[in-house]
Amino acid sequence: MTKSAQYTREREEALMEKAAVKGRSLWDDAKARLMRNRAAVASAIVLSLITLLAIAGPWVWPHSYDHVFKDHVGIPPTLHGWFIFGTDSQGRDLFVRLLYGLRVSLAVGVIATMVSLLIGVIWGATAGYVGGRVDELMMRFVDTLYAMPFIFFVIILMVVFKDLTTGRPALNILLIFVAIGAVEWLTMARIVRGQTIALKRKEFIEAAEAAGVRPFTIIRRHIVPNVLGPVVVYVTLTIPSVILAESFLSFLGLGVQEPLTSLGKLIANGAQDMETMPWTLLFPALAMMVTLFCFNFIGDGLRDAIDPKDR
Amino acid sequence: MFAFLTRRLLVAIPTLFVIIALAFFLMRAAPGSPFDLERPIPPEIKARIAAKFHLDKPVMVQFGYYLKDLAHGDFGPSMKYKDKTVRDIIAEGFPVSAALGLSAMLLAVLIGSVLGSFAALRQNRAADYAVMGLAMTGISIPPFVTGPVLSLVFGLYLGLLPTAGLDRGHITLSHMVLPVITLALPYIAIISRLMRASMIETLRANYIRTAFAKGLPEHIVIFRHVLRAAVLPLVSYLGPATAALLTGSIVVEKIFALPGIGRQFVMGALQRDYTVVMGVVILYAALIISFNLIADLLYGVLDPKVRYD
Repeated sequence: MTKSAQYTREREEALMEKAAVKGRSLWDDAKARLMRNRAAVASAIVLSLITLLAIAGPWVWPHSYDHVFKDHVGIPPTLHGWFIFGTDSQGRDLFVRLLYGLRVSLAVGVIATMVSLLIGVIWGATAGYVGGRVDELMMRFVDTLYAMPFIFFVIILMVVFKDLTTGRPALNILLIFVAIGAVEWLTMARIVRGQTIALKRKEFIEAAEAAGVRPFTIIRRHIVPNVLGPVVVYVTLTIPSVILAESFLSFLGLGVQEPLTSLGKLIANGAQDMETMPWTLLFPALAMMVTLFCFNFIGDGLRDAIDPKDR
Repeated sequence: MFAFLTRRLLVAIPTLFVIIALAFFLMRAAPGSPFDLERPIPPEIKARIAAKFHLDKPVMVQFGYYLKDLAHGDFGPSMKYKDKTVRDIIAEGFPVSAALGLSAMLLAVLIGSVLGSFAALRQNRAADYAVMGLAMTGISIPPFVTGPVLSLVFGLYLGLLPTAGLDRGHITLSHMVLPVITLALPYIAIISRLMRASMIETLRANYIRTAFAKGLPEHIVIFRHVLRAAVLPLVSYLGPATAALLTGSIVVEKIFALPGIGRQFVMGALQRDYTVVMGVVILYAALIISFNLIADLLYGVLDPKVRYD
């Protein structure tokens, strides 16, 4: 190998390395755009703090969420005795109850969304990829469910199985997951199907097919990453709507049951006592607002980052 | 157009059937019956009541009876109220819910589209950020927070408006103010965001640039060209939104103690009043289907590119 050839190779390698460092995928671009969105970044930080607090807070807090302080019924927020958010009408520490409520609401939001994601992606991708009669049938089914008064069915479901779940909080929460997740998957299925169909006809898929890439590899390398964008955005926007749906049920007395609590239940209790104990409404309402704010800002930011033409 | 309408109406029949069947069998799967009272009644009488409502028959047979009555336009008697049919209950409650829902929708469309267009015309300026900040707040505060807070502030602290209890027969405007605002707020927010996004997209279109280039004054371009195209996504949103609004009124009816149909439904479901639950589900399913159809037809009127074939 001559010296000049060696030099050229080194140069090429250096260039390639530089190119590798500088190479930016679609996702890198999206990430950069997301990091520039201050509201989304701040929301992500706040949300992480809230989640951390909800998970770890009850372990270290001196009071337990169901302990009744008989001498401290309905006291306003005070630093004395660590009742920083006061107590509720039964004398339970509102701060630790709020952390528990956040835990339940966040868990319901994330898990029910995952249920809907799983059903929706499988349903939509199958319909879109197989096409024809199968597609027609599967999407007609989705259309039918769309015409359902969804909240009515969740209410019926909750009422039907209410007696089964009294005294069994785990089962009760599972039912909420299933009931909400089972109706939230419809939009996800539609989005994924539409994306899949649009992608199937794209030139780069055709090129990959012409080059002899196996179908599974095409789906993994080309279809999934391109479907992922809208799906991720929709997931972030579904979580708050699921949290809202659960709170809605809890507000009507059909969600989680005492002594367990959720944001909706705390708000419902607070609304009953607001005339004499306004803090029992104020703090849960604020927590709900901040949580939903964060999810919505992150969702908006993600949408702008992944699909900047819609900005 | 006519063929489109016929086909959509034909598709609606199996859709309704599936919904009716699902609701029917779900309700019957619930443990308990409408005649489990706190004060037990003699088993003979209970059996006779059950026989009168066909509750002693297999569920499939009950479904047959129900469909037969339904085909005659009969929703059946309530199983909880002695002297009321489902039709009576709906006739009492629905006007309240409909007035609430439609006023809220009207308010939301009016304010939302004005705010959204305003923000779009001042994109990335202070007014835009202010409107979008407000909209984000509106989306993030659920009605079961705004409702109690509004009634606390306007009803209790300021004493301006009644907070609860619509007296039957005395439906006054002041009773409806807070419920309507509570129900409309999230939709004002959603509609203004939607309107802003579609308005911005339309403003970038070539034919709008052409209109400006030809020297047309701004208000003519906006009212004659931009708004007409920008309102399209709003129209397709209105179908599902109206449905959501009608169901959303369940919470508002509870907060403000309004005798609407949402409250009747929740009560009915809790007390196993089968016929009332079925009646309300059918009513709402039919409403949702019709609103979606109306939205689609309206879309076609506004957008000449849409063809019904």
